[in-house]
Amino acid sequence: MDGQEFDIIIGLEVHIQLTNLKTKLFCSCSNDYRSADPNTHICPICLSLPGSLPVINKKALDFATRLALALNCEINHEFWFYRKNYFYPDLPKGFQISQYNKAGGKAFGDGGEIQIRLNNHKKSIKINRIHLEEDPGRLVHKGSIVTSPYTLVDYNRSGVCLIEIVTEPVIESPEEAREFLKQLKSIIQYIGISNLELEGSVRVDANISIKGHDRSEVKNINSFKEVERALRHEIVRQKNLLKRGKELSQETRHWDEKRRVTISMRKKEFEADYRYFPEQDLVPIIIQDKFIQEINETLPELPNERALRLRREYLLSEFDSENLVLDKNFADFYEQGVNIDPSFGLEEYKQYCNWLMNSVSGWLNEQNLNLEDTKIQPRHIVDLINFIKEGKITTKIAKSFISDMMKGSSLTEIIKWRGKTRISDKVLLKKYAKEVIDRNPKIVKDCQVNTRAIEALIGKIMAKTKGQADPEITRSIMIDLLQKNGVI
Amino acid sequence: MELYKLMGYELRDKLKHKEISLDELYQSLFERIHSTEDLLHSFTHLSEESAFKKAKEYQLAIEKGKEIGSLYGLPFANKDLICIKGVPTTCCSRILKGYLPPYNATVIDRLYKAGAISIGNTNMDEFAMGSSTENSCYGPTYNPWDITKVPGGSSGGSASAVASGQTIFALGSDTGGSVRCPASFCGTVGLKPTYGRVSRYGLIAFANSLDQIGCITKCVYDAALMLEVIAGKDPLDSTSLDVKIDNYTEELSKSISNKIIGIPKEFFEEGVNKEVKNSVLKAIDTLESLGAKSIEINIPHLEYTIATYYLICMSEASSNLARFDGLRYGYTSESFEGDVYDFIKRTRSEGFGAEVRRRIFLGTYTLSAGYYDMYYIKALKARTLIKKDFHEAFKQCDCIASPTMPITAFKMGELLNDPIQMYAIDILTCPVNLVGVPALSLPCGFDSNGMPIGFQLIGDFFDEKTILTLGYHLEQELNIYRKLPSLMRGGT
Repeated sequence: MDGQEFDIIIGLEVHIQLTNLKTKLFCSCSNDYRSADPNTHICPICLSLPGSLPVINKKALDFATRLALALNCEINHEFWFYRKNYFYPDLPKGFQISQYNKAGGKAFGDGGEIQIRLNNHKKSIKINRIHLEEDPGRLVHKGSIVTSPYTLVDYNRSGVCLIEIVTEPVIESPEEAREFLKQLKSIIQYIGISNLELEGSVRVDANISIKGHDRSEVKNINSFKEVERALRHEIVRQKNLLKRGKELSQETRHWDEKRRVTISMRKKEFEADYRYFPEQDLVPIIIQDKFIQEINETLPELPNERALRLRREYLLSEFDSENLVLDKNFADFYEQGVNIDPSFGLEEYKQYCNWLMNSVSGWLNEQNLNLEDTKIQPRHIVDLINFIKEGKITTKIAKSFISDMMKGSSLTEIIKWRGKTRISDKVLLKKYAKEVIDRNPKIVKDCQVNTRAIEALIGKIMAKTKGQADPEITRSIMIDLLQKNGVI
Repeated sequence: MELYKLMGYELRDKLKHKEISLDELYQSLFERIHSTEDLLHSFTHLSEESAFKKAKEYQLAIEKGKEIGSLYGLPFANKDLICIKGVPTTCCSRILKGYLPPYNATVIDRLYKAGAISIGNTNMDEFAMGSSTENSCYGPTYNPWDITKVPGGSSGGSASAVASGQTIFALGSDTGGSVRCPASFCGTVGLKPTYGRVSRYGLIAFANSLDQIGCITKCVYDAALMLEVIAGKDPLDSTSLDVKIDNYTEELSKSISNKIIGIPKEFFEEGVNKEVKNSVLKAIDTLESLGAKSIEINIPHLEYTIATYYLICMSEASSNLARFDGLRYGYTSESFEGDVYDFIKRTRSEGFGAEVRRRIFLGTYTLSAGYYDMYYIKALKARTLIKKDFHEAFKQCDCIASPTMPITAFKMGELLNDPIQMYAIDILTCPVNLVGVPALSLPCGFDSNGMPIGFQLIGDFFDEKTILTLGYHLEQELNIYRKLPSLMRGGT
């Protein structure tokens, strides 16, 4: 490195499909097109046949209001939809109905923020605006877009409702972007407007620049996971150009997920003029205070509020509570679980959280699954904690049960199959201890100078019993025997 | 009896009282169509077979005493830009060649529900862009009063069909006068309802903030009858409004004494033909003799309406017509060799006619970055001023009277190569669309060449009742509405 410092500036445009809507944004076709045959979820409106007219889906306004409230946006009480004009085969009207915040247009909501934490440092990521728009159809190719002998168009997606969240250019690293998206995803899950696990439900465009230089816009990032990768790549690319003394130009680039590179699409001089103007087939949208108030009253507890409450009610650490609430299903599971056994107190609250966030979460990551894909019940972890407390199993054994528990088996069942109860039979353990002492004279001798060698002897018993020996009882028996033999 | 000569309401009564049969009516009508269509070219498509079939069905129902709706099986002609399921609907454009809509426009469903039968689609200027019906991919329509002259436009086929007795009712659409101009030139009644009164669902858009479906009929009563059927809020058109629909036909005979008619002097100035002016002023005198009062009012911004109207309608058209890219329906270019953009470009260049291309170019230009504020936004501001003029005017009067067109029908081809002059003749009709209020055109006399002169009554928002009632009284008093055109070269 030559020690050159670069300040990075990133702004994100996140497009979220409101997959929890039943129908499309401007017609009554089903929103749920994913498993459908091509061009089966279409009507004159979303196919934009001559003479058809759009009618706003009121539920979409409800969902947008929820998001605006959750992000603390200032909701615009009256606005027009705008037409964004361009030609493309997936756009059957030759324009997209969207919102526009210039030329007299207004977004759905302005401002707002999301709090993130990175390396124990808190930061507020300011949001510029959120707005509603319709999704275009989808182009289908055989194999790669370059070699495909044809392009087919599937209009099932045409007219599905998108909400776009535009941040201010205040994100300073790919990690900050990752944390921002993590929090955004969490909020969207809590307010129930979309299932971001569904394929194609998220698309991100990122504006990236090095302070003092022209920016590039990276398009076509199709999952939150890819964003961090794409940003990293683009920053390195820009830095390298600058280090080689080259200047950066304003351009649009495309993220190639397979090759993990960004590719230039067009330079600024070709930037499209979308000729935005009001969509007068729709009347101005009025969002009344009363409507906002009603939505606000039914808005669920948001992740940050929940984290505070969990700290208060279960005395979890800031770190634990923030992690726990991120996935609503985890937090729901947790709260159900810790309330099953009335004898649970601070210690168990903490233990329950650890089991969930370490073992369960770890297993899910390995398997690439979500909690809701498994059959584990909140009660299972209660049993786990109690069995350990009662000395029926060791922590180590308990961990080995996780994979069976995820399949829905109860602890008693697993123990029955595997026989992995803890051995606390003192006579049996004493017999094992004697055997170990007899067979390992060298280690026994070491014990005279290094008391830590005792651990090695205990380890032998553990190995023999496959971890089932009660460590505390084993230890006291071992120490007792060694003392009697005059070793220590 | 030549049934095609009768008014719609007269035929309805005869059908109701079983004095005539629907079969007789449709025989008379299609005989008339076949004997005149070569001269007039009003239609782009005839649904003769299905019309007779439906007429038989309704006749049986009538004989059995069944209710078939207020229109009793009467025929209507449909302008070629309102969608009827399975009927070729092309906006008289090559680009929609062979297009069969899979659904009915709301007005069509309403007319069907009222028992009306569609007999075919009528000729028009391509995408309703024109005032002469010369810009049709099927060739022009001819004026029944003098077949060397234009019928007006853009709903020229509908007006010519009604005037010549080829149909009883016709649908038109009015963006800047497209119902009223041909009604005026062909001596029929033309009603443009308030924007939002009639659903636009299924009307192929030209300029969606100005377009409104209207009626072309032989008399005011029939227009009232038709409006009662097609008016009303439609959940499929967000811009349609739920405003009380009056019993227009019942209101017609009510007294007009004390109705105040505003006479905007700007509407009678330079450019208005003297014979037209005198005929319209005489008609106002007639209304006064029937008890109405007239006052002078002002529409000071009238001089800006042509520029404002054309900026707005072209801007909107450039976007509304973007969907015609040849990828899903209609005409497709055979000559393309490049990428999809080349395909779209060639399809559109070959598929649209000259006037449509001109308006798309101009509208694209006026919405472009750097010109948007200078043209489009400025036009919206001017539109607001014109609206204010009318708002002020309606504080003083119940309706406004003027000529519909500053001239009578002109010779074929006379203005075809002079678009500015062609645009200028919309001066008295297009302000009505910019404001959104209703207007009625009815014949008030003939010029020295025997060509009809149109009288325009403009009403306040959703007050179709007042203009229909005043129009009805004038029509009854003048009693020229039964006069049939000659279908001759050179007229009379």
